[in-house]
Formats: sequence, structure tokens, C-alpha cells
Amino acid sequence: MRPVRLSVVTAITAVAALTAVTGCAEKSDAKAGAGGAVEVTADDSSCKVSKTEFPAGHVQFDVENKGSKVTEVYLLFPDDRIVAERENIGPGLKQTLTAEVKAGSYELACKPGMKGHGIRQKVTVTGGTAVKRDPKLDAAVAAYRTYAQEQADETLPKAKAFTDAIRKGDLEAAKKAYAPSRLGWERTEPVAESFGDIDPKTDTRVNDLEKGQKWTGWHRLEKALWQDKKIGATEKALATELDTDLTDWQKRVGTAVITPTSMANGAKELLDEVATGKITGEEDRYSHTDLVDFKGNVEGAQKAYELLKPVASVNQPALTKDLDKQFAALNTLLDGYRTDKTSYDFTSYDKVSEADRKKLSDAVNALAEPLSRLAAAVVTK
Amino acid sequence: MADETNPGSPSRRSLIGWGGAGLALGAVAAGGGVAALRTGDDTAPVAESSTAVPFHGAHQAGIATAVQDRLHFASFDVTTEDRAELIQLLKDWTKAAALMAQGHPVGDGAYGGQPEAPPDDTGEALGLKPSRLTLTIGFGPGLFRKGRFGLEDKRPDALVDLPKFPGDNLEATRSGGDLCVQACADDPQVAVHAIRNLARIGFGKIAIRWSQLGFGKTSSTTPDAQTPRNMMGFKDGTRNISGTDPAALDQHVWVSGKDGPDWMTGGSYLVARRIRMHIETWDRASLQEQEDVFGRDKGEGAPVGKAKERDEPFLKAMLPTSHVRLAHPDSNHGIRILRRGYSFTDGTDGLGRLDAGLFFLAYQRDARKGFIPIQQGLARHDALNEYIQHVGSAHFAVPPGVRDKNDWWGRALFS
Repeated sequence: MRPVRLSVVTAITAVAALTAVTGCAEKSDAKAGAGGAVEVTADDSSCKVSKTEFPAGHVQFDVENKGSKVTEVYLLFPDDRIVAERENIGPGLKQTLTAEVKAGSYELACKPGMKGHGIRQKVTVTGGTAVKRDPKLDAAVAAYRTYAQEQADETLPKAKAFTDAIRKGDLEAAKKAYAPSRLGWERTEPVAESFGDIDPKTDTRVNDLEKGQKWTGWHRLEKALWQDKKIGATEKALATELDTDLTDWQKRVGTAVITPTSMANGAKELLDEVATGKITGEEDRYSHTDLVDFKGNVEGAQKAYELLKPVASVNQPALTKDLDKQFAALNTLLDGYRTDKTSYDFTSYDKVSEADRKKLSDAVNALAEPLSRLAAAVVTK
Repeated sequence: MADETNPGSPSRRSLIGWGGAGLALGAVAAGGGVAALRTGDDTAPVAESSTAVPFHGAHQAGIATAVQDRLHFASFDVTTEDRAELIQLLKDWTKAAALMAQGHPVGDGAYGGQPEAPPDDTGEALGLKPSRLTLTIGFGPGLFRKGRFGLEDKRPDALVDLPKFPGDNLEATRSGGDLCVQACADDPQVAVHAIRNLARIGFGKIAIRWSQLGFGKTSSTTPDAQTPRNMMGFKDGTRNISGTDPAALDQHVWVSGKDGPDWMTGGSYLVARRIRMHIETWDRASLQEQEDVFGRDKGEGAPVGKAKERDEPFLKAMLPTSHVRLAHPDSNHGIRILRRGYSFTDGTDGLGRLDAGLFFLAYQRDARKGFIPIQQGLARHDALNEYIQHVGSAHFAVPPGVRDKNDWWGRALFS
């Protein structure tokens, strides 16, 4: 007879359910809640709030930008998930931001110049029961959110190098820029995929298409470059479309729902991606740059793991010991396919023999199996 | 030994029938056969097909055990370089194998655990009977290689690298391996579940090198039951060693204390061969040719010139190249091996041909005095060779049984 493990309550990672209503640029009909509106006065170096404690429910922030830079205002969960945001508040302008907020601790951030960590302060929402949170896990999620944003931010110029080359009709330059333009995406793929509408436009492979679906994105261009060996007006238009879709991703990545569990599962999903797409050579079937994507997936999984490790290693030390070992083994194996460990110049996958592909596959299984137990290790108490 | 009938001086003379150059080679019981779909007149089961076979004992289950209907055989490469890790894996495997043999799931089961964690057991055998599942482990030559696990002095002399036989066309991806597990059960889902869960427990320490599904046992270890037919439609293994004949098992199958090394006492040596059959060309062969090739008639299975399957063959009446004559103990100085082969059909090969044949499994006390000499004879002369090709091959030292709950697979080897 087996002892039945108690199901662990996952409240720690539960997302406080809320509806974030982003205030519109026009006058909002929304009335401020019981405590009246919270005034936020922003300039280029400060962010003043009229009160840092207000009751749960409907909250209204009246924002005024007294600085010379365009600013943004965010209400954030402790893990940096966005409760509500207003972008593009020009110098001298006033905007309103409203949200339905549950009790708990939050941060209010102004971002003069619309970038960076912002000028922050803690605000407390009172009334009702606040969700208990583990600050170590909040820190992990916040850091991962930053990572996901950075990857998207860094991808845009690399993608532009790729699409510029296509618009110029420079086949060789476009081929060179293809794999690097995908790295940031591959590292954070589960986050990007959580927006159901972006991935089908950017990363669809020919066999994923539904009848009547237009094929757009990286792989459509990959086929043009490597198989058709020509760039036409259609490809140029698709390049610009890719820019648009990736900008959309970069804009929205901060709003993704990320929890410790979703981070751990995302790490496992990245290895699933490797196991089902890269190992077989299906992902980059025309360019054979699969190993670059492979490495990106592993790096993204490792990032999530490293951030969760402070908690997981306390709960399940044997598991993290094994994960450290298996990540190292897989990375060592991958390093055998590049001459310079600082570059992402990997062996073309069509040059990798069946026997060597099996070695990669075995190493992926060796890592993915313990990785599938990471989520439970961050919720176990 | 009732089935053994070694009537005085068998063979010398019978080797000179037919003007055949009497090469004393061959196999024990008709080896190299193929598998058979089960027919209605099949075996009276020795045990209820749903029951559990005891996992613990002096010998590993799955050798002398009455042959089950289905097979999933897996060969593994050991990927870890850490001896302690390998030992731990063997302990974990033993524990899981003992549970599964009783029809229980592994670890904490297939459901009811933490929702965020994948279940320990994969779950597809839930609600199925134990189905006489046996799990039998073997150690391949690579495990003993110098510089790996400190086992170089423990490699049995008998665990030789099999020689290349004429006609072999071996694929590396279907041959060899550091470890093997033979899972036999009356329900294919039970056998597959067992291999799948052992593989999963082992990820990071081992990796599956190749595996083979089998059906329609082609050899029975229960001579009183109907002999099964192979994929060529012939009864095969009429004279196999009986699992209830301790004298024959001691003489031909179990490694004795005198044989050495000590850790193998009570064990055996397993030769596995994937034998592909040219099914379509065989099916076009005339009945006369088919019967000549085997040396038995197709309907009853009686040896040439005899009336009943179990009548003693008169080898001189058979073609010198006939399979039964070459494989018969009387052509092989009395050598016998215990066969547990299964038919396989792995779909088709892309050329419209069935990828089918016999997955030959033979247990013996020493392959140098068993499979190897027999196969040398068959490989050179067997008329059957026109219709078969050996494409996979492996040789394993099969340790003795797991004695009790504190014992584990390979304990004596690693102690």
C-alpha cells in the first residue's frame, strides 16, 4: 500500500485574481474608490504618491507628468507582474489609471523615459485577506520577468538586422542574421507562447499550418532564403510583418502571468521543445541552425532553474544536485558543436550523425526527467 | 529428461546420410526459427495467465518460467560513469521490478500524488492483472571494460564477444548493450509498461540503446503443451529444454559453482539475435521446399518419415542442409540451449515488405559450448539462410536470482 502524499496547497503561487482595467486616455467614468483618488506626481527623477495605503477595491490613480521626459506609471505585484499600467504620458500631461485591486503589498513605479526599473515605492492595499507569499519566490519571479523583458528588448535590434537584410535583398546577410535573431525568443518561448496570438504569426513551421492559414514569420523566411534562394516583394513584406509582431511581443511580455510554478513548467517545456523539435531537425529544416535554438532553449530553462534554485535546493537538495549535473553535462555536449564558447556559431545540424543525435537526445532525457519535478520542489513546504 | 532421449550413440553415423559432409555443427533445438501467431489450439496454460510469477528465487524468473505470450526486450547503454550511481540504479530497478511483478505500480503510484509533479508510475497498467510478468536482467561485455566500473576482473570468460557468423548483416543500432532487461508477460501492455518505467527511473544513468517487441512465443518450455508455430508457419522448438526438467536445466542452462566466476553461480548466458525473415519469398516457396528446409512436415510437425511431431527424428532421412538436422543435438555433440524466442512484426520496411521475423533468445551455461558452435554450423549450411538474415545481436551474462527483499540485481557482481 502506498502512502498517499498530501496534495500541497499551491496558494503560495496562486495568482491573486484581479481584473486590471487599464485606464483609457480619455476621461474615465470610473469613480475613485472609498478612499478617493490617489495622486501621482511624476517628473524626471521622482515619483510622489499622495498616500501609500488605501482600501481594496476600485482604485484610481490621477497621474501628472511634471518632467521633461515621456513617462509611464505601473502598479505592480511584488513579483513585478503588472496590475495596471499607463504608457506614453507626455510632459505636462495628466492621465488616469484605474484598477480593481485586492488586499496586499504592491509597488508603484514611474518610468521617466519609458525604460528601466523605474522609480518605485511600496504601497499597501488594506481590507480582506491578503495572499501569503514567499519573498524568495517573488524575487525569483521578478528576476525572471526582467529576464524575459530583456530578451525581448535585445531581440528587436537583432531581428531588425535580419529583416533589414531581407528588405535590402541581401541573401547572405539575411542568412547570417537569421539564427541570432531567434535566440531571445527561444530562451523565453513559453512566455511568448502564453500570448496565444503571437507565436502562430512568428514561429509557425510549414506542417503546423491549418488549411487556409497564411504562413508568416521566421520559418517562412528561412525557407525563402535557404530553399528558394530568393527574396521577393512578398518576403520583404513578411519581414516587416515580423518586425511588427515581435514589437507586439516586446510590448506585451511584461504583462504575462508568471508564477514560480509556471517558471518551472516553462523550463520543462523548453526541454520538450528541444526533444520534439530540435533533436529531430524539424525546427530549422532549411537552415539547419537547430543547435542555436537548442542552446537558446537550454539557456532559458537554466535561467528559470537558477532563479528557483534557492527555494528548490532547500526543499529537495538531491534534485537540484542532479539538475546541476545534468545541465552541465548537456552544456558540455553542446559545446562540442562550437569552436568558440562565446559565440553562437554551432555546427550545421545536417552534419550531426544519427549516433550523435541520439547522444544529444539521451542527454536531454537525462535533464528533462528531473526538471519535470522542479515545479513540485518549489511548492513543497 | 524424458524429452531428451539421447539414445546411446546418436550422431556420428547419422551425420553421413545423404552423402552430406557431416559437419558436426548445429543448434540445439531448432533454433533460428520464427514466431507464430497464436492459434486456437494453443497451449494449455501452465498457470493462469493473470497470476503473478514470484520475483525472488535462486534463479531469475523469465528463463525456466513457462513462456509468456508477449515480450518487450530492451538493451541499455550505461551513461553514468559513477559506480555508486549505477549500483543505486540497480537497487532502484530491483525494487520497481519486484513491485511490478506483483502487479503493483512503481514508487508512489500513478495518481493521488502532488498535482504539480509528474506521477511516479506511468499508469497504463493500472487495473491490469500481473499477467505473469517476469523481468530478467543481463550484463553486457561493455560493463566490464577497463576504466569504467572496476569490473574488468569480474568479466566471465564465457562472456565472449560473439564471432562474426557468415551471412550476418548486423546493425549497430540493434546490437550490443551494457545492460538488458527482458520483460515477458501475457499482456503486451504489462510488458511495455515495465520497460517504460524502468527506462524512466534510469534516465540520466542509462539510455535505451534498442528494444524489441515480440508476440506469439516461438518456443515453449512446457513440452506437454502444443508447440507454437513460427512466422514461417512451422512448429519450432519441439525439443526445447523443459522448464520443469531440473536435470536438463542444471546440465545446459544454469552456471554451476565449478564454472566460475562465483558471482555467476545460478545465472546463465543469454544470446539475443534479431532474425529478419524474407517473408514474401518464403511464402512463394513450394510446400515441398518449405518442408525440406525445415525437415518437418507443415501440418503435424513430424520429422521427415515420421507420423507425429514428437517422434524421434531420423536425421539421415533429412537433407543435410535441413534446419532440424543441423540444429539437432545429435548433430552437435549433444549440445542443447533453452530457447525463448518470439515473433516480431515491426510494420513494413518502406519497400512494401513486412519487417518481420524471429527475435531469437537463448539461455545456456556457456555460449562457447552452446549458441556459437550451433550457429557456426547453421550459418554455413542451413537451407533456411536463403530466407533469413541476422540483423541484430547481443550477448549478456545473466546473474542469479534476487534472493529476498534485501538482495538486488547484480549484488554479487558489485560486492
